[in-house]
Amino acid sequence: MLTDLLQYLVNGLIVGALIALPALGLTLIFSVLGFVNFSIAALLTAGAYAGWLANTTLRLPLVPVLLIAFVVAGALGVLTDRIALAPIRRKPTAQTPLMVAVVSIALSMALESAYRFSFGSGLNSFDMPIARDMKFGSIRVGLQQLHNLEIAIGLAVILALFFSLTRLGKAMRAVADNVDLARLKGIEPVRLANLATFIGMGLAGVGGALLAIDTSVDPSTGSRLILLIFAGSVVGGLTSLPGAVAGALLMGVIGELGLLVLPPVYQSLTAFVAILITLLARPGGIFSGASGVRK
Amino acid sequence: MISYLIFSGTIAGFYALLSLGLVMAWGQGGLVNLGLVGFVGLGAYTSALLSGAGVPIWLDWIAAAALSGAVGVALCLVVRNLRGDYLAIVTLGFAEILRLAETNEKWLTKGSDGISGIVAPFKGYLGDSFPLFYLILTWVLVGLAAFLLNGLLRSPFGRALRAVRDDEQIAAVAGKSVLRLKLQAFGMAAALSGLAGALYAHFTSFIAPDVFIVQLTIYIFLAVTIGGYTRLTGAVFGSIALVALLEATRFLAAVIPGLDAVQIASLREFAIAVTLIVVMQLRPEGAFRMTNECSGLRGSRPVQDPCHGQKTVLDDAI
Repeated sequence: MLTDLLQYLVNGLIVGALIALPALGLTLIFSVLGFVNFSIAALLTAGAYAGWLANTTLRLPLVPVLLIAFVVAGALGVLTDRIALAPIRRKPTAQTPLMVAVVSIALSMALESAYRFSFGSGLNSFDMPIARDMKFGSIRVGLQQLHNLEIAIGLAVILALFFSLTRLGKAMRAVADNVDLARLKGIEPVRLANLATFIGMGLAGVGGALLAIDTSVDPSTGSRLILLIFAGSVVGGLTSLPGAVAGALLMGVIGELGLLVLPPVYQSLTAFVAILITLLARPGGIFSGASGVRK
Repeated sequence: MISYLIFSGTIAGFYALLSLGLVMAWGQGGLVNLGLVGFVGLGAYTSALLSGAGVPIWLDWIAAAALSGAVGVALCLVVRNLRGDYLAIVTLGFAEILRLAETNEKWLTKGSDGISGIVAPFKGYLGDSFPLFYLILTWVLVGLAAFLLNGLLRSPFGRALRAVRDDEQIAAVAGKSVLRLKLQAFGMAAALSGLAGALYAHFTSFIAPDVFIVQLTIYIFLAVTIGGYTRLTGAVFGSIALVALLEATRFLAAVIPGLDAVQIASLREFAIAVTLIVVMQLRPEGAFRMTNECSGLRGSRPVQDPCHGQKTVLDDAI
């Protein structure tokens, strides 16, 4: 029983680490732009397809595949954001947050139908060497999954360094904290918005590629995960980057432990309940102070 | 050809009912509901299961509307304090969870196989004229719903609702029960969606979880945005425009040679999604703009920014 529990915990952390990348992206975009961008689901899938194409047609190994996934998803994210969402953000009214949400869902739908048009609706698997599961005591971990965990942690560390050490990273945090104050200091929000979208969608793309290496990619790969991604981001406070990582890990573990009582098809249910409880009880995320004030 | 037109017209009627609900909740009440399709599914399954158990159809429809409305009120009660984009996430998730339940609770819903052979009213008597009868029935219900909502929105209730949409605090200060107004608007919209779902189920005699996906919500947002999201007329107009667009893409996609069925379907979906993005960018107020909604005082004051007549509406509420 205890080893079972430990196995679920490890599985949960591995799922959580993969969810952490798109959750980080979502949080980053929301912090800097102030809008929820639902199209992150479709861009996660874009990264997965880009990685799959790079792997199966160009025979590239893991690291270049992930790099391509990052750049393709990031660039497509910025492009679609400029074309579809930016014109709506430019004229802010009371309806703007909802309109951006609706348009980003429509954008997601457009991208997904474009994938379906180009690649069909079948499952596509990567051509990666399969390794035997590793065993630590009685706990089994797939080698690929272990790599995924390492890569996710590595990216989170790089991102943390970027935000705390570089000028650009600090500027981005300033915009997230207070747009007006940042503008006063001569920071240009539009350029930073593009950069935030690029990094955020790129992270989602890498997450998508890693997921697809472990399983497979089809047009709805991203939208199946959207609730889980949102749960990670919302539980972490929606504006806190460390919160997003912690929230995603937590959601991964809760989701796996939930398998003890729920059939696996209901994994989204735990995510939905977590979102609801967090938003109602502690809208600033579970790691916020007692006051629950959003930064 | 005639039967094709009748079929499309009936579908437009379902969309019109959904759009009326959305205008009520979103356009007039300012309440975001991206879980629209969840209520449609709820209504469709309720009605289909009840009629399968031998309950008369008219009672099934009432039950479908009532259950959807009640669930709508409950959801609205739970999320009453959430901001716009949080509400978007929660309502979207709500519909997704309902669809999961429809797919996986096989003992009740037969899972992804769906429920088939749902009885249609008077189909035995009417025979070939059944589709025409159903078209008329649907549009009579649309007319009735529009008539009732129109009366409601012109009444003090409508003005108070718009005041809540424009500024909750001021409406509260003016003595309006903000929560009750929100619950009423959201509940009515949900009930209309449930009714539309029930009508759909008995028309096509087959429902499955795949029918009630987020695309349908996007369709209805498109219909309402084309028509003008605060106007009942706009909702009806937009639904007809939506069906025209959907059918036009069907023919256009069929003209392009060398596409398989999946590609044609995705091309149509792509066209709809892009149309919504373009309409929201170029003409978010739709074909029928927001009017100066101060009933009784129409024309006696200059119209200030007809798109956002907040000030005049508020004066009325106070």
